[in-house]
Amino acid sequence: MTEPLLRVDGLKTHFLTRAGTVKAVDGVDLRLDRGEILGLVGESGSGKSVTGQSILGLVDPPGRVVGGRVLFRGEDLVGAGEKRLRAIRGRRIAMIFQDPMMTLNPVLSIGTQMVEAVQAHETVSRAEAWERSRRALARVGIASPDERLASYPHQFSGGMRQRVAIAIALLHSPDLIIADEPTTALDVTIQAQILFEVQKLCRETGTALIWVTHDLAVVSALADRVAVMYAGRVVETGTVAEIIGNPRHPYTRGLLESVPSRNRRGVPLRSIPGMTPSVLDLPEGCAFRPRCDRSTGACTAMPELMGDREDRAWRCWNPVGAEARGDAA
Amino acid sequence: MTTAPIIELNGLTKRFSRKLDVVERFARRLGAAIDDRAVQAVSGVDLSIAEGEVVGLVGESGCGKSTLGRMVAGILPPSAGTLRWRGRDLRELSPADRHHANLKIQMVFQDPMASLNPRLRVADIVGEAPVVHGLVPRREAEAYVAATLRQVGLDPAYLRRYPHQFSGGQRQRIGIARALAVKPDVLVCDESVAALDVSIQAQIINLFMRLRAELSLTYLFISHDLGVVEHISDRTAIMYLGRIVELAPTPELFDKPNHPYAKALLDEAPRVSVEKRRFAPIRGEIPSPLDPPSGCAFHPRCPHAMPRCSAERPALREIAPRRWSACHLNETTGP
Ligand SMILES: Nc1ncnc2c1ncn2[C@@H]1O[C@H](COP(=O)(O)OP(=O)(O)OP(=O)(O)O)[C@@H](O)[C@H]1O
Ligand SMILES: Nc1ncnc2c1ncn2[C@@H]1O[C@H](COP(=O)(O)OP(=O)(O)O)[C@@H](O)[C@H]1O
Ligand code: SF4
Ligand code: SF4
Ligand SMILES: [Mg+2]
Ligand SMILES: [Mg+2]
Repeated sequence: MTEPLLRVDGLKTHFLTRAGTVKAVDGVDLRLDRGEILGLVGESGSGKSVTGQSILGLVDPPGRVVGGRVLFRGEDLVGAGEKRLRAIRGRRIAMIFQDPMMTLNPVLSIGTQMVEAVQAHETVSRAEAWERSRRALARVGIASPDERLASYPHQFSGGMRQRVAIAIALLHSPDLIIADEPTTALDVTIQAQILFEVQKLCRETGTALIWVTHDLAVVSALADRVAVMYAGRVVETGTVAEIIGNPRHPYTRGLLESVPSRNRRGVPLRSIPGMTPSVLDLPEGCAFRPRCDRSTGACTAMPELMGDREDRAWRCWNPVGAEARGDAA
Repeated sequence: MTTAPIIELNGLTKRFSRKLDVVERFARRLGAAIDDRAVQAVSGVDLSIAEGEVVGLVGESGCGKSTLGRMVAGILPPSAGTLRWRGRDLRELSPADRHHANLKIQMVFQDPMASLNPRLRVADIVGEAPVVHGLVPRREAEAYVAATLRQVGLDPAYLRRYPHQFSGGQRQRIGIARALAVKPDVLVCDESVAALDVSIQAQIINLFMRLRAELSLTYLFISHDLGVVEHISDRTAIMYLGRIVELAPTPELFDKPNHPYAKALLDEAPRVSVEKRRFAPIRGEIPSPLDPPSGCAFHPRCPHAMPRCSAERPALREIAPRRWSACHLNETTGP
């Protein structure tokens, strides 16, 4: 296999709090090729956002990357200096947040902000930076970009602001965009518009994308591959067809069965019992054990990563469908 | 249907006035024609809900779902229109009867944390209303709360705990227990599963369905999640900018929506499926209710808009038995 654009190996990010060590990310492996869209799915608190922040070196204290590697184009970003990271952020890797106001400055016009963003990484004239900004706005489907460049963030709707944030992320044609739930707060028709633009842009520019979300439906529509997180770990990864059509981890299967539209109308949903564990107090071995209907004595030990390929793997001693295949542990 | 509906709304309307800001007030003093701007959050809604029925209410944010739900629950007085409870106009009831009717319609909110008093124990959160309203003598309150908690799948041992000591799913169960404690006939559920994770959401949906069967409850189930509404409701109403634009039995509506907005909404909601899809979104933004488009409010975004659509508002008409839609296309080409 050729070296991927991004490879995350055994990433661990912990928060040292008074209540104890919060192992927000505790052994995450990911890989992403150029132009590929990876959906990073999981319930709240599973560590999706911290994973994204760790890749970019943006974890706030008391959080710290305590283990693993983040290889971006062969370079390990864990331990890279702040100067090097700043050069990569915004230019090679861009971030889009759920709240676009994390990116936008309320007191500056959109044009001023975009020109500054261009000039932060490249020595180009103001006129050229302005022209680049115009084109970026047009690319995300914003009509009359000249007028819009003169406007301020409060003059835009939530959906428009998110488009502007995406346009800013695109300014330097980055190799990778990490998007953290950017459409979660938006309405269905507005979300569909943004998913449409993003899908088109990735195809056209070859930009790779990590789309963080709790919404399996969005992922299945948008992504090429999926990584499912539970309690700080990636518990299963594969193509959209593999994850949705043939889930091997009991948690992935449980999530899919919980989706109302995959059940017959009116019949009780097959829900996962119990609740999401606190990362302060995880059970020994497999974190899903207390909720799992397939758990056995083996599950008190942490399951290793098993699978067919590096990018088709699961962490489970008794994977779904193992009986039929005869490959149970 | 021969029996009178449990709830019947006729022309139900809610206007909120928005106070002018400083600039606008100043401009008005100089002679500008500016009024206190009124937001018409809900406009002339007609809807009948039969006893034991689950009606789903969907639409994008700001379309008026919560405002409608709060009027039905008696929390918000309508600006115009009538609300009938078991065939009787609420305004014509004696204060005692109106009070009784209001108790019979309870609301379950989205954010369990925000809707539960953090300083009260579960025993008081759930037990207060039935005692105050004389449904349960105070000395029996604790046993009554324990039974209600069991009904929603919570351990009565939690009686002395405070809301922050529970997970999101458990807090939603407490919110449901509080509503059930006054023995309502109708629950208005406003985004009651929206804040929950998928696996927990499924547990609460199952709870709603079980309670419906056990207690013969009627629901007005508000949600922006089409999958949830499709799963749980018998009929579905779709709102756009304060009005119901389509109302139909759920399987028929999801199978073959009539109104162009309903079609767009159903097409664009992502579904969990292995088929790769391309989004073909409808254009434009959701218009502001401060300044609604003329005629059919959907016309600036509608792929089928005709000259008539910006001039004349289409009425909600029965286009087939039990199927209602508000679109001029039904008059020119039929459904
Ligand atoms: N600054 C912090 N201090 C302490 N713990 C933290 C901090 N940030 C995150 N955590 C913890 O790390 C875990 C993972 O957090 P993260 O925000 O990545 O979850 P998430 O999956 O993105 O959740 P959500 O969907 O709710 O945003 C959680 O248990 C969270 O409480
Ligand atoms: N108390 C209020 N004062 C002024 N406007 C309001 C008030 N409550 C709701 N609105 C407006 O009414 C419209 C419908 O609101 P709401 O029913 O809350 O929408 P939804 O629940 O569908 O998101 C929105 O434009 C909202 O801003
Ligand atoms: S390792 Fe065991 S407990 Fe964990 S998911 Fe697999 S079967 Fe269930
Ligand atoms: S009335 Fe006209 S604009 Fe409105 S939905 Fe029908 S065709 Fe479209
Ligand atoms: Mg997050
Ligand atoms: Mg609402």
